[in-house]
Amino acid sequence: MLKEHAKLITFFSQCEQIIGRKRLQKMIYILKKCNIPFNERYQFHFYGPYSEELTLQVEELVNLGFLNEEKEKKSSYYQYLYSLTEEGEKFLQHFDMDMPNLSKHIEKMNGVSSRFLELVSTMMYFDHLPKEEVEEKVLIVKKKQNYTEDELVEAWEFIREMKHLH
Amino acid sequence: MAYRNEQLSEEKVFKDPVHRYVHVRDRVIWDLIGTPEFQRLRRIKQLGTSFFTFHGAEHSRFNHSLGVYEIVRRIIDNFRGNKDWNDEERLLCLAAGLLHDLGHGPFSHSFEKVFDLDHEDYTQAIILGDTSINKILEKVEPGFSQKVADVIAKTYPNKLVVSLISSQIDADRMDYLQRDAYYTGVSYGHFDMERLLRVMRPMDEQVVVKASGMHAVEDYIMSRYQMYWQVYFHPVTRSSEVILTKILHRARHLYKSNYAFHLEPIHFKSFFDDNPSLEDYLKLDESVVNYYFQIWKDEKDPVLSDLCNRFVNRHLFKYIEFNPNQQIGEYMELHSLFVKAGIDPDYYLEVDSSSDLPYDFYRPGEEEERLPIYLQMKNGDLKELSRQSEIVEAISGKKRTDHKLYYPSDFIEALDDTDPTKKRILEILRG
Repeated sequence: MLKEHAKLITFFSQCEQIIGRKRLQKMIYILKKCNIPFNERYQFHFYGPYSEELTLQVEELVNLGFLNEEKEKKSSYYQYLYSLTEEGEKFLQHFDMDMPNLSKHIEKMNGVSSRFLELVSTMMYFDHLPKEEVEEKVLIVKKKQNYTEDELVEAWEFIREMKHLH
Repeated sequence: MAYRNEQLSEEKVFKDPVHRYVHVRDRVIWDLIGTPEFQRLRRIKQLGTSFFTFHGAEHSRFNHSLGVYEIVRRIIDNFRGNKDWNDEERLLCLAAGLLHDLGHGPFSHSFEKVFDLDHEDYTQAIILGDTSINKILEKVEPGFSQKVADVIAKTYPNKLVVSLISSQIDADRMDYLQRDAYYTGVSYGHFDMERLLRVMRPMDEQVVVKASGMHAVEDYIMSRYQMYWQVYFHPVTRSSEVILTKILHRARHLYKSNYAFHLEPIHFKSFFDDNPSLEDYLKLDESVVNYYFQIWKDEKDPVLSDLCNRFVNRHLFKYIEFNPNQQIGEYMELHSLFVKAGIDPDYYLEVDSSSDLPYDFYRPGEEEERLPIYLQMKNGDLKELSRQSEIVEAISGKKRTDHKLYYPSDFIEALDDTDPTKKRILEILRG
């Protein structure tokens, strides 16, 4: 019952706060690609890999009082901030979760911009292709983002490091 | 004449209860419809197990795919001559619309969940693999199949083409809402599609809607919202899905335990072994699955036999509202009580949540999650829909979510009345 929700709560229990829905979407996707057992189904959308299932689960966790959602007004849009509530922590006690420690992964991903996470997750989405084709594909599907050669190099290194974190 | 431009000597029409007629003039489209892979969609229901709740809902993915093709064809007819539309992309859009659901398997949702499959991967595999579909697409031009696959995977460079098939206002949703409403017989799901098609405009990389058409879009968004709660997430349909999922889990468990089935589950073997080939996948349609369920009704394994009986004869689980925050303790207790009563909770106690049936409600895309619907104002400016429409704003804010607990009431009723376990189970279930 609600096992996937419990995994998400475990994730939130290891970070103080997640700033932004886009960041959350990309972080869970990247963790999934690093073999962390998240099962949310992702599809490619205009802004990269996106999971409607994850969006709905987060809405459920907010409605159940397990997650706190704050809406912050920015210049041209709203930004959402998420943090775990005490009730969420209590709920987790009912589960015997076999999840690895994610604090290093989270810290690393929180240290970069959501634009960069969008690049990394998009590259990971095409990881069945050879390296050159991944870069070509990313530059085609993300042409509006104008990613530079340096950012691509940095993203490859980021992916390599993420996959070696324990 | 090149195959890609070849026209049939006379237009073919399919009579369709939703769009009146589906018109086919292109030889390529006609040939694609005639392939075994496309004809297979006749044997996959569009709404899975919803026919248990709405007896009319027996329509197939074949009907829907033709409907999506027809809507794309009409949209493109309206776009012709617009500076942002390249008519060279016409055949690509039509083929992608027609083939977008090609990879759906039997009772897609439950099947994918149990066997960890994704119909989108199979759509790609059918289009790019050694299939009749692939041969036709490659005859158009080498590499055409890859283009069609990219449009469906949403990774094609021209986002306008992708958005016709998959965006928050696209041909797929426009067809299934109307079609599902028609076949289920509900009065939700209807909206003024003719009006909507007239106010849709290609603009740069997306489709936008003329501001004067806002009310038609509101109607479309409301239809989506109501269809979700009234049809797609209907608790009785969910009960049949829970049972279906349990059957597949049980059959796999028995197979892995070397159980001797009366009828060897040949069609399921590679699924149970987690390595179905494309050929295996295409062979397994709903007529085959239903056949096995009929046979498994008489299996000696009591759990498999009971679950199949329930599914075939619509003897479904009952449900109660469930709040995981306030009732987690009761759930744990129920779990233990079921074990004590000899009812296996792994197969007979299930919490089903709204997120178990992902459905894309309208999202304003505030943080670049998804591309929203834009209205084109008189001065040419673009405004996001929910900022202009109070109705859309109301339903795209805080979302309603839902959790239900499913259980076999007949098993509990059959327990001895003097048994304190029964008394306690009923106390919990009756609140």
